[in-house]
Amino acid sequence: MALPRIVYRSLRQHALSTLITAGSIALASGLLMSVWMVEAQSRQAFLATSTGFDAVLGARGSKLQLVLNAIFDLEASPGNLSWADYQYVKHIPVVRTAIPIAVGDNLRGYRIVGTLPEMFTGVQIAPGRKFALEAGGRLFRPDEKEAVVGNFAARKLGLKVGDTFHPFHGLAYSASGGNDEHKDLFTVTGILEPTNSPADRVVWIPLHALQTMSGHDPKYATDVSAVLLQFSSPLAGFRLDSMYNKQGDRLTLAYPVQAIIADLFSRISWFDRVLALIAYLVALVAAGSVLASIYNSMSARQRDLAILRALGARRRTVFGAVVAEAAAIGALGAAAGFAFYFALLAVVAGIVREQTGVVIDVLAWQPILWIWPLAMVALCALGGIVPALKAYRTPVAETLAPVS
Amino acid sequence: MLAVSGLRKSFATPEGERVAIVDVAGFSLASGEEMALRGESGSGKTTFLNLVAGILRADEGTVEVGGTDLSGLPEARRDRLRAERMGYIFQTFNLLQGHTALENVELGMAFGRGVDRARAAQLLERVGLGHRLGHFPRQLSTGQQQRVAVARALANRPGLVLADEPTGNLDRRNARESLQLIREVCRENGAALLLVSHDEDTLAQFGSVRDFASINRAARK
Repeated sequence: MALPRIVYRSLRQHALSTLITAGSIALASGLLMSVWMVEAQSRQAFLATSTGFDAVLGARGSKLQLVLNAIFDLEASPGNLSWADYQYVKHIPVVRTAIPIAVGDNLRGYRIVGTLPEMFTGVQIAPGRKFALEAGGRLFRPDEKEAVVGNFAARKLGLKVGDTFHPFHGLAYSASGGNDEHKDLFTVTGILEPTNSPADRVVWIPLHALQTMSGHDPKYATDVSAVLLQFSSPLAGFRLDSMYNKQGDRLTLAYPVQAIIADLFSRISWFDRVLALIAYLVALVAAGSVLASIYNSMSARQRDLAILRALGARRRTVFGAVVAEAAAIGALGAAAGFAFYFALLAVVAGIVREQTGVVIDVLAWQPILWIWPLAMVALCALGGIVPALKAYRTPVAETLAPVS
Repeated sequence: MLAVSGLRKSFATPEGERVAIVDVAGFSLASGEEMALRGESGSGKTTFLNLVAGILRADEGTVEVGGTDLSGLPEARRDRLRAERMGYIFQTFNLLQGHTALENVELGMAFGRGVDRARAAQLLERVGLGHRLGHFPRQLSTGQQQRVAVARALANRPGLVLADEPTGNLDRRNARESLQLIREVCRENGAALLLVSHDEDTLAQFGSVRDFASINRAARK
């Protein structure tokens, strides 16, 4: 019982240095856990989002751009492909599903995507999960100017079933004005239930309605931006990959989608590594500051330690008290690190959701959330060993003698 | 309660020569008994008390406290014995500045049989500081700090109380009151008291006083 009391009172006595050191540990701990979780969850979310489709067929260009545009509703379309191209790929026997999409318009910054009703009836957005409409809604009719709105977009735009809107031309929207508004008036017929995917940020309209919208060049009225594909077997993907990418030079088949996303993450992983390295360095500095702060105060503490020894405390008790104090500072910092972690992750999750539609679960659990705080406590305890050795060697009689 | 025999302690000088500081042939002290030793500064009396307390290990001789010979015990056992059976009052009180009066008294039992907060509070009541339990040493007068030190020395119900110049930092009135308190509380608890001082006013309050030099042969050389 003596040890916790001594540690608590010492922390209380050195409250300012305790708070400063614990604060730096909290920053390091929170930063590292946030970096780790954002990376892990983004990767997981992006990979899970693509599970509905095996490949994307689009104009000749970057596979990554094609995937980002067609599946994640990011980036501009690399170009169009003709209706005939869509019909051709649709009728290849190994192609199980082929759904065309067209982009090029927005509703106050939220992307409008033209597609077929099959997108909502025949496709799994995640294993075992299809799109679903909120009560009171229905799908758009392919030949009408109707819209089904993603859940996040509907909330942000304040849209409900029965509301109407005019789309804006282009993918970008300027809040300060100067946007080119189409004359066509669309009516919202349904709001999608949340999918926690980029689809939540999309305003879906019939493909034909987008192709023939006023102001669009009639020359391209049958073109599509991309075709989302599902194959009957993995072999089919390799066959089509060879056909479009190696033998052809007009179109690009982005296959397999998951590998392309994984490649994206490996390309940007240097950024995670830099952030993680910074966090590791901050953690090391924090542990060093625990060592320095306790070690520097050892001269002042030595008399206290000698008094404790004179009162009967054993050498190993004072050694343990100093190590436990360092570990306690680490534990305080790690605990405060969770507050920093939750705050940081909540902000980052909001930005990621706003920008990509990908949902990062702030309360999700990963082993890093217990491994790292424990590592911080251990690191700080390790930092406490040097001053603890000094405490262990405190000569009682000599330390108390000059004044007594 | 205390029996000292053939106790010797020497230290090496910077020149490498060994100089005897303590050379006590022997004496004993029964439970409830008092012994006041007169000694000048530098006569080795603090070293002698540290040997009796087991803080220092003697070169030769024995120190028996309650029948246990400290000289044969390893340091950890001596620490334990000191925590359980001895109380030590220092000239400068040696209170921990980050601890309240109550917490300082609790430290007197923390390394022995365990903390009894009620007893700590009771002891502070006894020394007239019942209203200062939560005060830190810097918030107390010198006399009050001395009383906290007395309460701490008695917290573990010691059989032997060692007092090293316990009134050295007090004015005359406080010194007299403080010494009276130490003796009273020791009597109430049946503890033997071994006090060393160079202050004649302090020593005058004891019926019999021995010169430390008379029992320490090293001081006579």
